[in-house]
Amino acid sequence: MPIEVNGKTFETDEEGYLANINEWEPGVAEVMAKEDELDLTDEHWDIINFLREYYEEYQIAPAVRVLTKAVGKKMGKDKGNSKYLYGLFPYGPGKQACRYAGLPKPTGCV
Amino acid sequence: MSDIKKFMYLNRRAPYGTIYAWESLEVVLIGAAFDQEVSLIFMDDGVFQLVKGSDTSQSDMKNFMPTYRTLGDYGVRHLYVDKASLEARGLTQEDLIEVAWEDFETEEEVDNIVEPVDADQVAQLMAESEVVFSF
Amino acid sequence: MADLHTVNKSPFEKNSLEAAIKFSLAGSSILLIEDGVYGAMKGTVAEDMVKGALGDRKVYALKSDVMARAIKADRIIDGIELVDYTGFVDLVEANDKVQAWL
Repeated sequence: MPIEVNGKTFETDEEGYLANINEWEPGVAEVMAKEDELDLTDEHWDIINFLREYYEEYQIAPAVRVLTKAVGKKMGKDKGNSKYLYGLFPYGPGKQACRYAGLPKPTGCV
Repeated sequence: MSDIKKFMYLNRRAPYGTIYAWESLEVVLIGAAFDQEVSLIFMDDGVFQLVKGSDTSQSDMKNFMPTYRTLGDYGVRHLYVDKASLEARGLTQEDLIEVAWEDFETEEEVDNIVEPVDADQVAQLMAESEVVFSF
Repeated sequence: MADLHTVNKSPFEKNSLEAAIKFSLAGSSILLIEDGVYGAMKGTVAEDMVKGALGDRKVYALKSDVMARAIKADRIIDGIELVDYTGFVDLVEANDKVQAWL
């Protein structure tokens, strides 16, 4: 189902992931979060931006296990754990945060 | 633990001409969710999968070469490369990407898990594996 | 009378390039595409065979496929010309027909 962001239409796949990662803009995350009734804080943006950088470098959306490890390495152990990440993204940091970041569904997520 | 098995992925195809290389990579990434001891062997045209500097900007293909560099994060312990296959293609380890590995609990680190091996070692490694997936 | 022979398989996996060289006439052109571009690399077991063909045939390689496969310009055998898609079309036009070695 396509989503509307600032008057622009973005195509998504049947699970709500952006069809074209290159079209992404921050408003996409805002609109998706609003639909999930979630307010995006700086902590959310840290993870979203981290995911976009990760994708840029490795051309892959990391599995949640890998995301947790990589966040821990970059931002410290207090953030690199599932409790913290699930606290931010209750639908699953892999799936939900990747969706907000415009990434495809992480490989290995079912 | 006895339920940890040694998995070996055998890669013998060039990266873009056929779908094998990408399929293998996807299976490795998906399979990483299960705690197994995973190694990859690259031989024949499979060694081309690890050559650095791929540029698909003028092609319609997704450049999945950078994804190999994340394999260490996915728990892959070894990327073995058949030396004879490299030599036949005029390649050396200098031409290949580097893949780092780190255990986040013990903080044990390996800068590069890409390792050229000779044919005897390849045979031995495959014989020691409990499961070999061919691509 | 000249033909364009295209080769899209790796010379290390199939004998398509060997066959194209063996069965093409002097004055014809050989264009390496897809995995066929590995045949354009220096220092491989196929290099001598390709150099042999360069004596009386023109050999080309498709640039976008060369780039995707991480083959740097200085690793291409001397005498092989890189072409883009427009160059590919020009070669098709300049020759009587295209013969594909799969």
